[in-house]
Amino acid sequence: MTTPVLDVRGLAFAYPDGHQALFGVDLHVHQGERVALLGPNGAGKTTLVLHLNGILVSGAGSVTVSGLPVAKQHLKEIRRRVGIVFQDPDDQLFLGTVRQDVAFGPANMGLKGAALDQRVMHSLDLVGMADYVDRPPHHLSYGQRRRVAVATVLAMEPEILVLDEPSSNLDPASRRELADILRSLEVTLLMVTHDLPYALELCPRSVVLSEGVVVADRSTFDVLTDDTLMSAHRLELPWGFDPRRIDNLSS
Amino acid sequence: MGAGHGHRLYFHGHSPVHRAPAHLKVLALVGFMLLVVATPRSWHLVQAGEALALLSVVALSRVPVSYLAPRMLIELPFALFAVLVPFISEGPRTEVWGVSVSEPGLEAGVALLIRGTLGVLASLTLASTTEPQDLLRGLQRLRMPDLIVQIMGFMIRYLDVITDELSAMMTALKSRGCDPRSPRHWPVMARALGALFIRSYERGERVHLAMLSRGYDGRLPQ
Repeated sequence: MTTPVLDVRGLAFAYPDGHQALFGVDLHVHQGERVALLGPNGAGKTTLVLHLNGILVSGAGSVTVSGLPVAKQHLKEIRRRVGIVFQDPDDQLFLGTVRQDVAFGPANMGLKGAALDQRVMHSLDLVGMADYVDRPPHHLSYGQRRRVAVATVLAMEPEILVLDEPSSNLDPASRRELADILRSLEVTLLMVTHDLPYALELCPRSVVLSEGVVVADRSTFDVLTDDTLMSAHRLELPWGFDPRRIDNLSS
Repeated sequence: MGAGHGHRLYFHGHSPVHRAPAHLKVLALVGFMLLVVATPRSWHLVQAGEALALLSVVALSRVPVSYLAPRMLIELPFALFAVLVPFISEGPRTEVWGVSVSEPGLEAGVALLIRGTLGVLASLTLASTTEPQDLLRGLQRLRMPDLIVQIMGFMIRYLDVITDELSAMMTALKSRGCDPRSPRHWPVMARALGALFIRSYERGERVHLAMLSRGYDGRLPQ
């Protein structure tokens, strides 16, 4: 097999206060895959995500992105390769206009002038927000801000896009629009979510993290229909939602 | 969520004052203020000239007086102080409308009022004709230290977010029977403000993480 885009081996981590969040996590994501990372609150999902681009540094184990280990001397390139979209778009959009925010990442990578402009417009096109390029982000709706947040990361042309709770706080229409956008992107995707129908819709494969270890790594359909696994790790489907009765799972 | 342009003080327009480069406007404002403060109190003719110059810039900007006037109320506490000065100062007394006031105090009060009003109107003119973003770029061009410009930019960006959080907290408190005006509930309000501070601080940390994730190395790209 080819080098995985994301290769996490035996990752363990304890916070400075002694609370151990990860106990030896193994995770491999290959190019073009769309993987959902599921798990109850406090399972260590966010901690794992913060290791993927070296914000947190592991106590034991390793993270490798397309063959490049996450280590201090490679941080810049690692952060270009791993694009994280955080949960609250207000944390991600911190500059005065949409253009400045989308340009922030690629400009830090050294892109300038016309190439930078082109990159900004292309990323905004991908999320359908090109018309808002000169607006201040705080004047956009929440769904629009979420889409711009995705664009800020796409602008770095990451090898893997990591989304933290992409569907949270979105109304159903914005939620569907974002799904359409994510489906249209040709990028490797890791999606942290509690929204199990969203995982089923977008990600053929799911990894379940519980109490700091991976307890399942299978097709999303298998995970969602394994009642024992689901109840053992506090995963629940919304009322009335039955994956077995969905027959148009295209992916 | 308002739509369209700018910030609370900005008045959308296309006048020559709107189009003038921000850094020149900042320099003009600072220069004008130095001039106003340096003008001796008794040179009323010069002060009239300064006021006339300022009013013609306001007229040129085509920002309506009805827009500027209510925003000038910010001067009120200051004006109140200026009005008090003639009453509390010492020295030879004089009569104004039958009330005995201190003569040097009266002069000082009037001078304070004139300078204050000119200053507030001049600053408002800058604020209503310049988008905050342009103002920041102007300050950058004037070689204001990068760190300060960044901090001001974040302040502008997050002002609305934090105000929204505050009003949501207030609504939640009021819904549970808290009256922000009653001194009995001030301790609760103080704790709410403390919580807002912690939240804003934590947001700052999350923003910093998001910046690092996109390759931030201490300098904002131009």
